Amino acid sequence: MSVNAHSLSQPKQNSGFFSWLWEWLSTVDHKKIAILYLFGGGLFFLIGGIEAMLIRIQLAVPENTFLVGHNYNEVITMHGTTMIFLAAMPFIFALMNAVIPLQIGARDVAFPFVNALGFWLFFMGGIILNLSWFLGGAPAGGWTAYAPLSSEFLGNGMDFYVLGLQVAGAGTLMGAINFLVTIVNMRAPGMTFMRLPLFTWTVFITAVLILFAFPALTVGLFLIFFDRLFDANFFNEANGGNSIIWEHIFWIFGHPEVYILILPAFGVISEVIATFSKKRLFGYSSMVFATILIGFLAFMVWVHHMFTVGLGPSANTIFAIATMAIAVPTGIKIFNWIFTLWGGQITFNTANLYAVGFIPTFVMGGVTGVMLAVPTADFQYHDSYFVVAHFHYVIVGGLIFGLFSGFYYWWPKMFGRHLNETLGKINFWLFFIGFHLTFFFQHFLGLMGMPRRYFTYLKGEGFDAFNMVSTIGAFLMFFAVIVMLINIAYSAVKGEKAKGDAWEQGRTLEWSIASPPPEYNFAQTPLVKGIDAFWKEKMDGKDKMTAAEPVGDIHMPSSSIVPFLMSISLTIASLGFIFSAHDGVRKPALFVAGAGVVLFFLCMLARSIKDDPGFHIHKEEVIETEKGVR
Amino acid sequence: MATKQSETTMYIQKQQRKREMQHYLVSFGLMIIFTLLAFGTVMIDGIPKHFTSFFIVTLAIVQVLFQLYYFMHLKDKDHGFPTLFIFSGALVAFITVLTFVSIVWIS
Repeated sequence: MSVNAHSLSQPKQNSGFFSWLWEWLSTVDHKKIAILYLFGGGLFFLIGGIEAMLIRIQLAVPENTFLVGHNYNEVITMHGTTMIFLAAMPFIFALMNAVIPLQIGARDVAFPFVNALGFWLFFMGGIILNLSWFLGGAPAGGWTAYAPLSSEFLGNGMDFYVLGLQVAGAGTLMGAINFLVTIVNMRAPGMTFMRLPLFTWTVFITAVLILFAFPALTVGLFLIFFDRLFDANFFNEANGGNSIIWEHIFWIFGHPEVYILILPAFGVISEVIATFSKKRLFGYSSMVFATILIGFLAFMVWVHHMFTVGLGPSANTIFAIATMAIAVPTGIKIFNWIFTLWGGQITFNTANLYAVGFIPTFVMGGVTGVMLAVPTADFQYHDSYFVVAHFHYVIVGGLIFGLFSGFYYWWPKMFGRHLNETLGKINFWLFFIGFHLTFFFQHFLGLMGMPRRYFTYLKGEGFDAFNMVSTIGAFLMFFAVIVMLINIAYSAVKGEKAKGDAWEQGRTLEWSIASPPPEYNFAQTPLVKGIDAFWKEKMDGKDKMTAAEPVGDIHMPSSSIVPFLMSISLTIASLGFIFSAHDGVRKPALFVAGAGVVLFFLCMLARSIKDDPGFHIHKEEVIETEKGVR
Repeated sequence: MATKQSETTMYIQKQQRKREMQHYLVSFGLMIIFTLLAFGTVMIDGIPKHFTSFFIVTLAIVQVLFQLYYFMHLKDKDHGFPTLFIFSGALVAFITVLTFVSIVWIS
C-alpha cells in the first residue's frame, strides 16, 4: 500500500513491534478504533467480572470472612463503576464504530480525530480509576457516590472516582457527538432516515441521550471535585449546601444512562432477529417511534430512583406514572420482535440464541421494573436484593445478551473470521443458565429482606440456600466468559474465513462489502433503494450494491498521535489533582496538575496550527484491492 | 440570454440580502427597546416586584428567540436539526432547573 506524498504523518511501513504499536496508538480508522474499544472494554469487563466473583465468594456462606468491611465496599463500588462506565459503554462504542459507518454507506466517521480522542480518553479514565487499587485504596461510596458520604467521609479513593469518570465521560461525550454528526451528514445517497437500519436508529437516539445526559454528570463531578479538593460547600449541609442536589444531578444523568446502555442492545436484537428469521423487521416505523419515545421519557423519570428520599407524594406520583408509561414503547418492541420471529425461517446460531434468550429475560427485568415504579411498593423493595436482581436482569440479561449477540453476529465483519459455533453454543448455555441461577433467586432474597451492599448475613435468616445457588450461578457465568475467550483465541488461529456476506442472508449495507472491510469501506458509494438495501439488491438478482458514483481516488484522513498525547496530558493533570488532597505534597501536586492542563492546551494548539490535508488512495489501487477480495 | 438570467438572479440575491439586512436592523432595534424596557421596569419605583420579575424574564426569553432565529439563522431552511437539538437541550435544562426550584427536598 503506497500513500500520497502529502501524508507526512503516515508512519513508514517498516515492520517490528514499535511500528505495530505506533500504528495502533495513532490510528484514526473507525474499524481499528472499534477493535481498540472492544479489547479496552474487554479488559475492564474481566476486571469487573473478577470483582463480581469476589463479591459472590464472600456471600456464598453466612458470616464469611473472605472480604469484609471497607474492602468489600471498595469491591462493590468498583464492580458497579467498572461494569457501567468501563465495560458496557466501550462495548457499545465498539459496535457503533465497527458497524455504523458501514450500515449508512459512509467511508469514515465525521470526525476521525475526535473518534480516536474519545477512545483514548475513555481508556485513560479507566486506568486512572483502577490505579486507585495501588495508590491508597479504591473508591468505596457505591457507584452512585451519594454525598455527603462521598464528599466528606471517604478517603482519597473518591478522588480517583471523580477524576477517572470525568476523563472517561469526556471521551464518551465526544464519541456521541461524532456519531450524531456522522448519522445526520454522512448517509449514502438514498439512505433516508426512515431507511436507516434499526441499529443505526437506536445508536442515533443513544447519542442524543449521551449529549444531553452526560453534561449533568460532568457538572455533578465538578461540584464534588470542588467540595473535596478546594473546600467548597455544594453538598455540605452545615455550611448551607444541600446533599440531595447530588442525588438529583446524578440521577438526571443516571437514568438516561440506563437507556443509553439498553437502546443499542435493542438495535442489535432487531438486526439479528430480522436477519436470522429471513424476514423484514416487523413494524419498522413503530420500532423507530418507540425508540424515540423511550429516549424522550428517559429524562422524565429519574425521581423513581429517589422515591424514599421524601420528595412528597405529588412528585413521587408524577414520576411513577411517567415511569410506568415507558412500559408501553418497550412492549411495542417486544411484540415486534416476536412477530418478526413468527413464521420466519429461523436459524438458531449463537447470535440468534442470545437474541432470542434476550426477549424473555428482558421482559422479566421490565416487569420487576414496573413493580419498582409503584412508590408505595418501592418503600418495601428499596435497597434490597430485589433491586439488585432487577437491574442485573435489565443490564446483564438485556444489554450484555444484546452485546454478545452483536459480537457473534458482527465478529466475521470485524475480523474476517467466524467465531466457532460449538464453543459459542456452550458459551451461550453456560451464560444463560448461570445468569438465571445467579439473579433469579436474588428476587426472593430481596423480598425476604436481605439488604443490598451489606457484606454478610447471619445464619438462620433463611438466606443461606439462595445465596449458595447464586454463587454457583456466578461461577457458571465466569466459565462462560472463559469459553468465550477460548473461542476468540481459536477464531484468531483457526477460525473459518468469512465471506463478505458472512451469514449469506445479510440484509444491510455492511454485508455488501468484504470482511474485514478495506480501509476505505466502499470502493463506490452505494445507492440505497429501500429498507434492507442489500437484501433488496439480492432479491433483484444482483450480488452487490448499485453504485452511486464512478470509481475514483478516495480521500482518507491521516493518522495522528495527538489524541493519545492529549489523553496522557489529562491523565497527568488528574493524578496531580488527586495527590493534591495529601497535605504534604499539595503545592507540587497542583503544579503537576497545571502542567498537565498546559500540555493539553499545547496539544490542541498543535492540532489547530498544523494543516492536515489527509491523503488519497488512488483509483488503480482501489481497483487492485477490490480484485483481490472478490 | 445567459447574461440576462444571471442578472436576474443577481437582482434577486441583492433583494434577499437587502431584506436580510432589514430583518437584522429591525430585530436589533427591537432588542434595544426590550433592554430599555427591562431597565425601565427595574428603575421606576412603584411597579410591583412580581410584575417586574415576570416581565423581564419574558423579555429575556423573547430576546433569546430573536437571537436564535434572526442572528443565528434558525429561521432559514435546513436548520431543522439545530432547532430540534437546541430545544431538546433547553427542555432538559428547564426540567433540571424546575426540579431545583421545586422538589429538591420536601415539597
